[in-house]
Amino acid sequence: MSKILILGATSPIARALALRFAVDGAQLFLAARDPNEVGRVASDLSVRSGVPALSGTFDAADFAAHDAFIRDAATKLGGLDGVVVCFGTLGDEDAAQIDPAAALATVHQNFTGAVSLLTIAARHLEQQRSGFIIVIGSVAGDRGRARNYVYGSAKGALALFTQGLRGRLAKAGVHVMTVKLGTVDTRMTWGREGTMLTVAPVQAADSIYEAWRSRAEVVYVPWFWRVIMGVVQLIPERRFKRLTL
Amino acid sequence: MTATPTRIDSFAAAKPRHAVLSGWGRFPLSESDIYRPEKIAELQALVSSNGASLIARGAGRAYGDAALNDQNRVADIQRLNRMLSFDPETALLRCEAGVTIAEIIDVFLPRGFFPPVTPGTRFVTLGGSIAADVHGKNHHRDSSLASHVTNFDLMLASGEIWRCSREENPDLFWATVGGMGLTGVIVEVEIRLRPVESAYFNGELIRAPNIDAAIEAFERTDSEFGYSVAWIDCASSKSSLGRSVLNVGNFATLDTLPQNLAQDPLSVTPPIIPTVPFDLPGGTLNALTVKAFNAVIYALYRDTRARTIFDWESFFYPLDWIRSWNRIYGKRGFVQYQCVWPLAESRAGLIEVLEAISASGRASFLAVLKKFGAQDGMLSFPMPGYTLALDFPVNDTLLEFLETLDAMVLKRGGRVYLAKDARMRPETFRAMYPNLPQWQAAKALADPNNRFSSSLSRRLNMDPA
Repeated sequence: MSKILILGATSPIARALALRFAVDGAQLFLAARDPNEVGRVASDLSVRSGVPALSGTFDAADFAAHDAFIRDAATKLGGLDGVVVCFGTLGDEDAAQIDPAAALATVHQNFTGAVSLLTIAARHLEQQRSGFIIVIGSVAGDRGRARNYVYGSAKGALALFTQGLRGRLAKAGVHVMTVKLGTVDTRMTWGREGTMLTVAPVQAADSIYEAWRSRAEVVYVPWFWRVIMGVVQLIPERRFKRLTL
Repeated sequence: MTATPTRIDSFAAAKPRHAVLSGWGRFPLSESDIYRPEKIAELQALVSSNGASLIARGAGRAYGDAALNDQNRVADIQRLNRMLSFDPETALLRCEAGVTIAEIIDVFLPRGFFPPVTPGTRFVTLGGSIAADVHGKNHHRDSSLASHVTNFDLMLASGEIWRCSREENPDLFWATVGGMGLTGVIVEVEIRLRPVESAYFNGELIRAPNIDAAIEAFERTDSEFGYSVAWIDCASSKSSLGRSVLNVGNFATLDTLPQNLAQDPLSVTPPIIPTVPFDLPGGTLNALTVKAFNAVIYALYRDTRARTIFDWESFFYPLDWIRSWNRIYGKRGFVQYQCVWPLAESRAGLIEVLEAISASGRASFLAVLKKFGAQDGMLSFPMPGYTLALDFPVNDTLLEFLETLDAMVLKRGGRVYLAKDARMRPETFRAMYPNLPQWQAAKALADPNNRFSSSLSRRLNMDPA
């Protein structure tokens, strides 16, 4: 039975993805910041799948606690075969563009927290010479935009980190997949004007799961964001900086 | 009363989506700030953040304006749908109010459990179903949904969460059941599921040539069958007025299932799902097409009695099969009209209303007849007697016509269902719901500043003040 740790387990996409793994027979450890919420999500997974799920809390920015946290999760699971990074937050972009503390908070929640946790987990998987890592990032990381570049730069860095990690762990037979999310119908997009082409979190999770099963390396979800971002990346910088995107 | 202590997190005010909403009938339309909390603390922050009016909304399957709050705030609770515990010994499921009947079927039918009561669609949330105290085909035997709810947690305007049951805060329990979301936001529910041996029904289709034959068939099959409903032809008149096809049944036990079904008795086969992809032109359903349709349907049931095995989906949810069936009425939408008469007045009431429909040249595309049993909630709709559900496309003279029906129903001590209503007058509502003062007293205690209100509550002048 495969032992999987989900980081940021309270998001709707993480919930749906965890259920796919659980129905598949995996044993799950769900982790998030809020103890009440992660407990509810773990109960939900247990009731729906019929298999008890473990849960615990972590803070992406509390780097000193990460090593003990991962050890604890692996001990409780009785091993560790997969790690899924689902956490991340848009944060307060307006504040982040003028206040360095807010900017760093966004970077920690979306990048450095994941770097710290994945570095610890990768050590374990590399030694074990099997397993997988899924990192859920964003199309916002494909090009810096005036509206959300603090968040976008963190996601872009996360994609580069994951890419490098993929190369390193390939030698150990560990599958590392990068997911670039477009617009999914979650609280990140709710109420934002001009948001279109959203898909339901369950559909996004299904796509991620199918991509993982086929051992994809980089996947856009929904798929057509690959086309959209392909076009966006072709726009010359001189023009792009004047666009309100 | 006792309050469960709760922690209110400081939660950054989530952004609302400003949009036009409607009920399932697509009439009326209203503009609101819609919030969709994904965490309990987020809902708490929303509820207690300011004094503007708020109403909870589930899947939006109430037909009229029950889950609308024009120019005010709406809390969409569909993302609060975590299942928290289930005990197969007691069949008690504890879950958040955003869980739908469809989810319960998906998860629990394969394990041998079914929702104790379900309305005609499974795409409703438990929270909304309790707020409307929904009924199903087993009402004559099992009463409405509330009878199977052991307790629920209600979030008040302060953000505090109160446990309500028949023993704990009983007035608030009975005011919230059928209370249209006006006492607070139902957050968590404990409900007793029904153990079943199969996903199939042993049933009968009974052809009734007129209303008297239909009533006679209900009375005759009442004790034998736990589930019953009739499709009624509203386009017929004279000696065939009220001709119907009754659909009655019981969950099939294993020993009564044919070999091929008994091999996988609890299978939830995924159905093929057609959708109405666009609004049909306004006049598609007119008296003529409806009359023709009804005549064909009636003619299909040639036998006076036919024994049949139904699968759970076609027995309970014939319309869920077409996902957006509300679009067949065109852009102006439609109004559902469901009324009930006390048993002694039911026959006369039914004849009076069916004759009025027939004489008006209107025809209801889908008309349903059902016998109710007993009922408890302060504003719950059912009462022992017969209920008739109709739908009419909206046109310039419809509202006036429905008021004449209101008068007929009221005169005989009957009432109209709030979950389907979009147009009743406040004085009619007051006369039809004699427990309103009792409900208002309970509402005033739970929500003294009247923070929870809706388009429906304002239209019907339900607020205590």
